[in-house]
Amino acid sequence: MKRHIIEVENLVKRFGDLVAVDDISFNVEEGEIFGFLGPNGAGKTTTINVLCTLFKPTSGRARLAGFDVVRQQNQVRRSIGLVFQDPSLDLRLNALQNLNFHAYVYGVPRAVRKKRIEEVLRMVELWDRRREEVRNFSGGMRRRLEIARGLLHYPKVLFLDEPTLGLDPQTRHHIWDYILHLRKRESITIFLTTHYMDEAGVADRIAIIDYGKIVALDTPDALKRMIGGDIITLKTENAEAAMAEIRHQFGIEAQKDSQGVFFEVPNGEEFIPLLVNNFKTDLHSISMRRPTLDDVFLKLTGREIREEAGGEAAMRRQWAMYQARDHRGRFG
Amino acid sequence: MSNLRAIYIIWYRDLLRFWRDKARLFSSFVMPFLFLVIFGTGLSASMLLLGRGTEEAGYNYIQFLFPGIVGMIVLFTAVMWGVSIVWDREFGFLKEILVAPISRAAVAMGKTLGGATIATVQGTVMLVFAPFVGVSLSVSQVLLLIVLMFVFACSITAMGILIASRIKTMEAFQVVMQLLLFPLFFLSPARFPVQNLPSWLGTLVRINPVSYGIDSFRQSILEPTSANFGINLFGHPMSIAEDILLVALFGLVMVLLAVWSFSTQE
Ligand SMILES: Nc1ncnc2c1ncn2[C@@H]1O[C@H](COP(=O)(O)OP(=O)(O)O)[C@@H](O)[C@H]1O
Ligand SMILES: [Mg+2]
Repeated sequence: MKRHIIEVENLVKRFGDLVAVDDISFNVEEGEIFGFLGPNGAGKTTTINVLCTLFKPTSGRARLAGFDVVRQQNQVRRSIGLVFQDPSLDLRLNALQNLNFHAYVYGVPRAVRKKRIEEVLRMVELWDRRREEVRNFSGGMRRRLEIARGLLHYPKVLFLDEPTLGLDPQTRHHIWDYILHLRKRESITIFLTTHYMDEAGVADRIAIIDYGKIVALDTPDALKRMIGGDIITLKTENAEAAMAEIRHQFGIEAQKDSQGVFFEVPNGEEFIPLLVNNFKTDLHSISMRRPTLDDVFLKLTGREIREEAGGEAAMRRQWAMYQARDHRGRFG
Repeated sequence: MSNLRAIYIIWYRDLLRFWRDKARLFSSFVMPFLFLVIFGTGLSASMLLLGRGTEEAGYNYIQFLFPGIVGMIVLFTAVMWGVSIVWDREFGFLKEILVAPISRAAVAMGKTLGGATIATVQGTVMLVFAPFVGVSLSVSQVLLLIVLMFVFACSITAMGILIASRIKTMEAFQVVMQLLLFPLFFLSPARFPVQNLPSWLGTLVRINPVSYGIDSFRQSILEPTSANFGINLFGHPMSIAEDILLVALFGLVMVLLAVWSFSTQE
């Protein structure tokens, strides 16, 4: 039995009438990567803000490394590192100065301060840029510096709130490499949130959160097994006829969306020949794919996360924000 | 102990940012000079009519004004330092500070000392202009002034930080500061002696804590005859020590309120 490093019981957080976190309970095991997956506004950031002592819970309890997040704030803060969803660096300082500030407020002993700063900067490959003002860093470099900062005081738990939001796919990839690498090297627990379905797959366990409630919590594979097997998609002019025929021949209720008609079968490879041999309705194409977390989310909530649209819009917003901040920063 | 370290680094960061901001650094050297020229030449003719008392004391108007401008520089810089908190909130850096394992009191203290140090530096730079207006300062006068300016600046910075801790947007902060700064400055003896004022105005000036800071500057810059235009409270002429004690008391209240305000935030 592994130790629970985060324990959350019946946690509720309200903002006026809005229930941002609606009575959730879960545990995170020491050393695991735990993912919070859900659309924008689901309550992921709010949960982190309660766990990191920035918000007081409306009701319920949460403990981190054995410390109560309301009554033992300082011990909790000492145990965690944070990469916030929104940027939180001092753009007017250089990388070293940002890390030095962090080392002081977290009480990293003088004897190891320099060594640790070098270690984390080398890890995120920013050592060569250490004396450059953060203002001149790209979005990806800033994110890496924030990750380095979050690790500087050797926290037990590292929170990563949408660590790749607003970054281009290549940089996203790069950031995940660090995170997975980190996991191999340190005995650290990682709590991450994302609304990118593909990214959630790196977690050992995932909680799917929607409208402030946890609707499922399991390993990615187990979640995917909630889908009956493989997903078959048919493209056809006559969707209604195809759906009727599938119901009649195989006893399966198919659904339709803009992509075509789709349904789940236990074993796609074996199913396709059966379908091809007997199907009467005209088909343009048949495709099969393994279930993704997208499908799981759709099945659980009846909605899609729409990560592409959301992702790009969010990316543009974030970028615009960086630009605006840089611009104003010059007069700050 | 860890809180002392935190106060130090928060203070240090403020200085670093001030030093890095070359535009502000430059304006901090040029602005005092401009103020002096504008206020001194523009207003001296009209003010001479009102300010006969100053002539009798053996100082011309621009000399009388000089400590007032020093006070104004310190006042403006100190009160506006609160803006750095609004910036930090907007840029997200405040979160880095607020989740750190340090007390909110340390945050308020560090910010107060940072702003006060910068305001004191600005005021001290202003003293360089003293010879140009015919005021000569000894080393001990300058040292005393630095102490007085620092105490005054701490009080005023704490007030700015108290306000900034409750205000979330830059625009709102600017508006509140304008509304606050103008009465604080214009209802002080920075530009005129208290003695010649109508009694209602005199009362307002005596309620204003900034008045005592400026009075202490004036008394230490324009000694020894300056008692002629110092503040008297209930008929008692205030000494430098009494002035700065009042300022320090006001500052203590502000610091406590600022710490409280920071600690009770969600
Ligand atoms: N400080 C706040 N005040 C009021 N409402 C908030 C605040 N923070 C978050 N919310 C609301 O709570 C809900 C959950 O937000 P959030 O936790 O940021 O979602 P997520 O991180 O999953 O995108 C949203 O409806 C959001 O508008
Ligand atoms: Mg969020």
